[in-house]
Amino acid sequence: MHIAINGTQHEVDTGSNLQDLLNSLALAKGRIAVELNGEIVSRSTFPQLILNNGDNLEIVQAIGGG
Amino acid sequence: MSKQAQQALQIAGKTYQSRLIIGSGKYKDFQENLKALEMSGAEIITVAIRRVNLGQNSDEPSLLEVISPDKYTILPNTAGCYSADEAVRTCRMARELLDGHKLVKLEVLGDQKTLYPNVTETLAAAETLVKDGFDVMVYTSDDPLIAKRLEEIGCVAVMPLGAPIGSGLGIRNPHNIRLILENAAVPIIVDAGVGTASDASIAMELGCDGVLMNTAIAEAKDPVMMASAMKKAVESGREAFLAGRMPRRLYASASSPVDGTFF
Repeated sequence: MHIAINGTQHEVDTGSNLQDLLNSLALAKGRIAVELNGEIVSRSTFPQLILNNGDNLEIVQAIGGG
Repeated sequence: MSKQAQQALQIAGKTYQSRLIIGSGKYKDFQENLKALEMSGAEIITVAIRRVNLGQNSDEPSLLEVISPDKYTILPNTAGCYSADEAVRTCRMARELLDGHKLVKLEVLGDQKTLYPNVTETLAAAETLVKDGFDVMVYTSDDPLIAKRLEEIGCVAVMPLGAPIGSGLGIRNPHNIRLILENAAVPIIVDAGVGTASDASIAMELGCDGVLMNTAIAEAKDPVMMASAMKKAVESGREAFLAGRMPRRLYASASSPVDGTFF
């Protein structure tokens, strides 16, 4: 199925959960935050969150800024 | 008031010995940023919130692995936000990635060339964020009415600009900063426009509670040395303020006695 991650389209296995996806992107250990379809996803719910076709994910981190 | 109390800055119930806040943008690398941070004596450092690069090498350290939230107070900003909605979303993401840390720097910009704050969107964002439990340190113009309104909304600190972000033009309107200070019941921290040490001292001599700067240090030829200069500038400006300066006079006032000259 297709989902958008940070503005680009990705192919993801049907039934994937968010934790699996983050593991596959090597983002599981980092200090990140995730928005799914405009709503913040609490870290504790990552494994239970099943992704659907057409979902829009934003994954952010802290970087240098003023 | 004890000497210690006079020296300490209180923001959202936490006490800080340093009245200098610095940024983490525009540095050559994380190590230079860390050295500057250490030299500056700052305890609070701003960060930005941006998309992760997918496919990035996960072996490279991230900013917060070098500048640790365990050692420093991280102040996520809403840089790049041009609407209240964007700023609110950014603060919520920041709170999530910092495990519930609720201190944020709110900035809503109105114009790409001047990076001037959009105060109407800033007011709207501040209301939403304060209701959502954030401790908001808010970047704003030097309009005394807007500054007071932001305080009334419940912001924990109000941060008027000295001059446009990254301009290094110094404190362009000290009179307005003074008006803001007269009316304020929360810390007033000059944020933006500081270029060199004297600018920071001037802000502190006016009576500001602190100074926030990024470019002044990061774009100095020797950022670590400038960080040291800024630490001293903020401390000396604060001390001069507390010492109570001499009055300005239109004409001279001799420092040596007039009587007893031998000619």
